[in-house]
Amino acid sequence: MIHQFKNNGYNIVLDVESGAIHVVDEITYDLIGIFEGNSKEFVVKNIQDKYPEVSKEDIEEIYDEVQGLVDDDVLFTPDVYEERIEDFSKNRPVVVKALCLSIAHDCNFACKYCFADEGTYNGQPRELMSYEVGKQALDFLIHNSGNRKNLEVDFFGGEPTMNWQVVKDLVAYGRSQEKKYDKNFRFTLTTNGLLLNDEMMEFCNKEMGNVVMSIDGRKCINDKMRPTINGKGTYDIILPKFKKFAESRHQKRYYVRGTFTRNNLDFSKDILSLADEGFKEISMEPVVAPPTADYALKEEDLPQLFEEYDSLAREMVKRHGTDKEFNFFHFMIDLEGGPCVYKRLSGCGSGTEYLVVTPKGTLYPCHQFDGTKGFEMGDVWKGVTNIDLQTEFKGCNVYAKPECKKCFARFYCSGGCQANAYNFSGSVTGNYKIGCELQKKRIECAIMIKAATGSEE
Amino acid sequence: MKHIKTLNTKRLQKTVKTGGCGECQTSCQSACKTSCTVGNQSCEHKN
Ligand code: SF4
Ligand code: SF4
Repeated sequence: MIHQFKNNGYNIVLDVESGAIHVVDEITYDLIGIFEGNSKEFVVKNIQDKYPEVSKEDIEEIYDEVQGLVDDDVLFTPDVYEERIEDFSKNRPVVVKALCLSIAHDCNFACKYCFADEGTYNGQPRELMSYEVGKQALDFLIHNSGNRKNLEVDFFGGEPTMNWQVVKDLVAYGRSQEKKYDKNFRFTLTTNGLLLNDEMMEFCNKEMGNVVMSIDGRKCINDKMRPTINGKGTYDIILPKFKKFAESRHQKRYYVRGTFTRNNLDFSKDILSLADEGFKEISMEPVVAPPTADYALKEEDLPQLFEEYDSLAREMVKRHGTDKEFNFFHFMIDLEGGPCVYKRLSGCGSGTEYLVVTPKGTLYPCHQFDGTKGFEMGDVWKGVTNIDLQTEFKGCNVYAKPECKKCFARFYCSGGCQANAYNFSGSVTGNYKIGCELQKKRIECAIMIKAATGSEE
Repeated sequence: MKHIKTLNTKRLQKTVKTGGCGECQTSCQSACKTSCTVGNQSCEHKN
């Protein structure tokens, strides 16, 4: 299948199954739109009627060029993946390669939209993970990772810096096991910045492959949604630290990450505000909230949100190649070196290759399911014991989801977030409509940016 | 006049044979932990 769209003056044709992207002129765009299933005579005649000023020969020439793309398997490429999907989803042995350690079920912020209920995750008691539980989790990972060499461990919470000593001790333990088992740990950390100090930054710069610093953009927006537990604004405390942290990492291997809600539908301003503060790696995520929350995004907000993404993309094209250039996580797309189709079709990996560990050592499919009743998968001592649930997650590929199967974005999105799907549709193979619409828009913008700045074959 | 400009992209069909090593990053993990996106990830398999 193909997907055609216009953005920022570019006419773009995406050949979904091959991943080829063609930037074409108006006539070619229209011609491709009626190409499939019609005869050459019909197509040429139709385009001639629409563009009387263009000669028949010229139109035939375009037709032949388009036919050439089809012959080269870069247009209307058939789907050769669906029939093999079982081989790389259901029938694949499960290896665990990534763990999210909920190192602190506690937080020193009181963010209004926190999916983790200020670190307690569905009202579980506030508690910190002990070194013993964390160590057992790393052992569990090592022994269940088969011959995967790269193992990912994310320190998450709540707020992981509230349990800093354990973070450091676990990193040391992980490193001590690498040689013996021929593994390579990639540690990452997400922080709200309140406790962040020089010693932590130095440690992270040495040990953490990526750090995520949470901040929502403009001061007024950040302070409204991300207050301390005493209700105070946090922007002025965290901004200087994050700036220093980002600089100390040479503006690489980090993200400042915010959340936008119905309170800032003009979120592109928040992204630009972070960019103007000098950050180069920026992410801004749509909030996921129960529809009853006053800050939840609504379907009627979509046109405005689309326009925000479009204007952000246009601004990024303008800044490209200047010292004001920055990366926006959701517009980053690796067209030349991106992952193979297996990766693209097999979903996010929650419940199979990716699991979360609670402070008590319980395993859940991912951080978004932490504490969700019925989603306990086992623990770090016995391993995964809920095989039915594992099997259910294993089957979560794009072809198992009716909406994804026909979606042009499926090779970039890989089927969306299982947790969102579950929370909004009651099934992990369902869909969260607003999330999908935004995802599709972001992918269009990302492709447009490539069309405007990228290299040609 | 040039009607079609094709961007440099990896042909997905070809990766059916070469892909599947599984060494690449878990989508949701180290980036931002909500919206899973794979398009921006890189393949670890250098060949
Ligand atoms: S955007 Fe939605 S429908 Fe499309 S692949 Fe992603 S989850 Fe599936
Ligand atoms: S995409 Fe959703 S279900 Fe998958 S790991 Fe991320 S939060 Fe969990």
